[in-house]
Amino acid sequence: MSTLVLNDEHNHDHADHGHHKETLISKYIFSMDHKMIAKQFLITGIIMAVIAMFLSILFRIQLAWPDKSFPFLETFLGKWAEGGRIKSDFYLALVTIHGTIMVFFVLTAGLSGTFSNLLIPLQIGARDMASPFLNMLSYWFFFTACSIMMASFFIQTGPASAGWTVYPPLSALPQAIPGSGLGMTMWLISMVLFVASSLMGGINYVSTILNMRTKGMDLWKMPLTIWAFFLTAILGILSFPVLVAGVVLLIFDRSFGTSFYLSDIVMGTTILPNEGGSPILWQHLFWFLGHPEVYIVIMPAMGIASEVMAVNSRKPIFGYHAMVYSLIGITVLSFLVWGHHMFVTGMNPLLGGVFMVTTLIIAVPSAVKTFNWLATLWRGNIRFTPAMLFAIGLVSFFISGGLTGIWLGNASLDITLHDTYFVVAHFHLVMGSAAIFGMLAGVYHWFPKMFGRMMNPKLGYLHFWLTFVAAYLVFFPLHFLGLDGVPRRYYAFTEFEFMKKWLTVNVFVTWSAIVAALAQVAFLFNFFYSIFRGKIATQNPWEANTLEWTAPVEHLHGNWPGEIPTVYRWPYDYSKPGDEGDFIPQTVPFSQTMSSNLPHDFEGNPEAERIQLEWEAANPVIVDKV
Amino acid sequence: MSLKKFITNKTTAALAVLLIVFANTSAFAQSAAAAAMPAGPKPVDMGEVYKSVIFYGLIFLAVCLFISIIGRALKVYELSQEAQGKTLGINWDKINAMLFAFALIIGLYALYWEYTVHGAMILPAASSEHGKRIDTMFNITLILTTIVMVITHILLFGFAYIYKYSPKRKAYYYPHNNTIEKIWTIVPALVLTILVLMGFLTWRSIFYKTVDPNNKPIQIEVTSEQFKWSIRYPGADGIVGKKNYKLTTTSNLLGIDFTDINSRDDQMADEMVIPVGKPIKLILNSKDVIHSFYMPQFRVQLNTVPGMQTIFEFTPTETTKQMQEKLNDPTFKFLFYCAKICGGGHYNMQKDVRVVSESEYKDWLAKQKPYLNDDLRKEFNMPVLAPAPSVKGDSTKADSAAVKNKTLALNK
Repeated sequence: MSTLVLNDEHNHDHADHGHHKETLISKYIFSMDHKMIAKQFLITGIIMAVIAMFLSILFRIQLAWPDKSFPFLETFLGKWAEGGRIKSDFYLALVTIHGTIMVFFVLTAGLSGTFSNLLIPLQIGARDMASPFLNMLSYWFFFTACSIMMASFFIQTGPASAGWTVYPPLSALPQAIPGSGLGMTMWLISMVLFVASSLMGGINYVSTILNMRTKGMDLWKMPLTIWAFFLTAILGILSFPVLVAGVVLLIFDRSFGTSFYLSDIVMGTTILPNEGGSPILWQHLFWFLGHPEVYIVIMPAMGIASEVMAVNSRKPIFGYHAMVYSLIGITVLSFLVWGHHMFVTGMNPLLGGVFMVTTLIIAVPSAVKTFNWLATLWRGNIRFTPAMLFAIGLVSFFISGGLTGIWLGNASLDITLHDTYFVVAHFHLVMGSAAIFGMLAGVYHWFPKMFGRMMNPKLGYLHFWLTFVAAYLVFFPLHFLGLDGVPRRYYAFTEFEFMKKWLTVNVFVTWSAIVAALAQVAFLFNFFYSIFRGKIATQNPWEANTLEWTAPVEHLHGNWPGEIPTVYRWPYDYSKPGDEGDFIPQTVPFSQTMSSNLPHDFEGNPEAERIQLEWEAANPVIVDKV
Repeated sequence: MSLKKFITNKTTAALAVLLIVFANTSAFAQSAAAAAMPAGPKPVDMGEVYKSVIFYGLIFLAVCLFISIIGRALKVYELSQEAQGKTLGINWDKINAMLFAFALIIGLYALYWEYTVHGAMILPAASSEHGKRIDTMFNITLILTTIVMVITHILLFGFAYIYKYSPKRKAYYYPHNNTIEKIWTIVPALVLTILVLMGFLTWRSIFYKTVDPNNKPIQIEVTSEQFKWSIRYPGADGIVGKKNYKLTTTSNLLGIDFTDINSRDDQMADEMVIPVGKPIKLILNSKDVIHSFYMPQFRVQLNTVPGMQTIFEFTPTETTKQMQEKLNDPTFKFLFYCAKICGGGHYNMQKDVRVVSESEYKDWLAKQKPYLNDDLRKEFNMPVLAPAPSVKGDSTKADSAAVKNKTLALNK
């Protein structure tokens, strides 16, 4: 009954929205509701993550036992694992698709797509995205991109195998590796669709945040999640088109005989006709996206961690302004550092020096963020919800992985470390672990908002501790392989005498990876079981301040029945002295919290300051108690 | 009354289960790895692997079952606590906080273990002049980052342990402190400035070299292709001659342009032999896809790119023999191999490097064959040489005539 009433009110308010008669298709498939689209992104992202994780287990098996045969692999993979041993070309296909799925489909679309869609309208107080239709298209382009990428496993020559960075000429010449045939074409088409999806999403996020904030929600009252999504979207809008340009040129080179990236190439004794191109050009274009991309991956995770840590420490985030400025700093600087991926590619060494300077500067805002998180925990009252555990895990991984960035960003050290397992360890800690932990923190934290039910916290604890320990066991030893000069993307360590000492380490790492993968079953079960059978959530289960928790548990098209709430204060008034509880939602006006107001709250508003002083004079006891 | 008794019995049972679980969950990662490890390396016969997949599947299901039983037990325990009027149940905040403290201690020990055990397995100290400077930078960076890592982790996990939730306490409202924030912006900035400066100077010293006319570097050209390296020594003139990829044939695999006089005495080699203490100028390029010339013992790496030359200069400081003695390993050898994904054979694309004394180098070099053989002479319309090398002067004349013919032929 209440639902009907709510819907009626809503109809009354927004008769112009139209299409209220929802069918199965319009509600679950071609939905234009941002909450449903967020769920679509999340579940697709989870499925892609499971696939990519499975691929990683396959190649980890190859690395651990390079000379053993596993008949079940042949059952799964057929001709790509004849005799139960993965072929070297297919090994490269596995690492390529693992990387592509994880970076683009899971950590970009799965993370940004899910939480930007879910939280932007809910946290800034909007009924939906600026363009719901574009939003729906964004998901379906993403879904098509995923399907095409996965379909490349079912073609004769196999999926793209030139590494996730697909450097030409390897990726341009089918003679060089079978995966550069049809598989690579599919990779490129998939990527164009993916970028289109990201752009539609990004434009939507930016325009929604800039235009559709509720009354009182000025930029400095936005939660850090929104700041992070906002800057991430800007990054994406500015950098993804460059990738498309690069991809289109590569398509031309591959299919129409142009020579943008190809020149002076002899395959065996066959002289190719291409002249005048440069393979380095691709690297510039790719990394001009590629480096901002890693911040596109980590910034939403940072935003989520900031929010989750503030809520669960029952403390304002330390240095809110510094957190925003450091995000802005990272956004700007991330465009100036792409060359650190190319120190040893034969780029002019002068550029190496320049990019080293910009790269190490970007470590400063990252350090500020880390210290601010630590200060947020200091003297907090920390509730270890699963989301909080994952947020703390993120900080740990971000430190461990970030510090090795200082090594790799140093051009001189990069000479020995480039393209070794040290790089693999570095970015798996920072992206593969920290960003994934941010995503998981977000899932545990906003699950009640998405599905109206709670996830089981105990399975969450189990999931966290297993994953946290196993991820370190997987990635930490890999640093030392890199320091010993073991290059990445090696199919087997058997051909080099000095690598044989790492075989036992590889076995250990593979077992840890298997444990980490199995630990995700705890999450998957918890996630899907709780969607249907979890404990019913209350409206504000975490006692958080942000706007999304003022919306009813029941999902409405338009988010709030009646008027959208007005915002009066910043989102981090936790444990404010003088207040009885330990949180004051953004919708509570200062007039209702006279005992806890601080002079800082009224800066630039003498009238309000006067009223506050008068009240304090009239209520000396309460003020003294503070 | 009996119900209450039943509950208390169940409570004690649940507590016992809980204890076991607690020991198990925290050590789960290790125990699972350890339990499975002996089965991995020595399955008796490989035909049984199929079975063992099912076997592992069953183990996993058993673990799941075990976990779900524990979950139930915990629920029963919590319900019974509630039934007895205690609202608290299990204090998960406390347990997680303890686990963080535990993780900190174990983690620090693990870090120490990694540094000492795996850290001892990494590359030996650099065997080149610039490599020693890189190693210094490496050590400074290692020390700084390790200090930061340890301190921040002690704070992170320490705070997590100390400030765990208590209903009696209220968090300290502390939204910002500009002084502290300035300090921790400026201090990392200063430290990074120092690192940048050092890195920049090291980088410059590696890539911007002034040529000492008395100690000219030895040119060695390395060409990569799927999946092998070809080495070209410059011969008597000390200059590696020109190449033109369009001249590639089955007899001239590198496409060496023998119309260039400098090419004619170029020598081929199966391994890279270099004299100790002499500067070496590597001229790198690639025939097909991008490869990376990676020689980590000398701290040398540069990609080889089709259509362009890349150049790396270095000076070896130790001979292979000296290294063998120093490391007490008679099998030690220098190597270079490919570090950029280049296709199916990427994992096995290596060549030996031997650093020897200058005299040994000269002896070895004298034995290396030139690229220009009789077949190629015919191909380039040069007179085929009789074994007597005395007519060199004439042959160059004849050769230059041949050059003209060849260029004409090319122009057609």
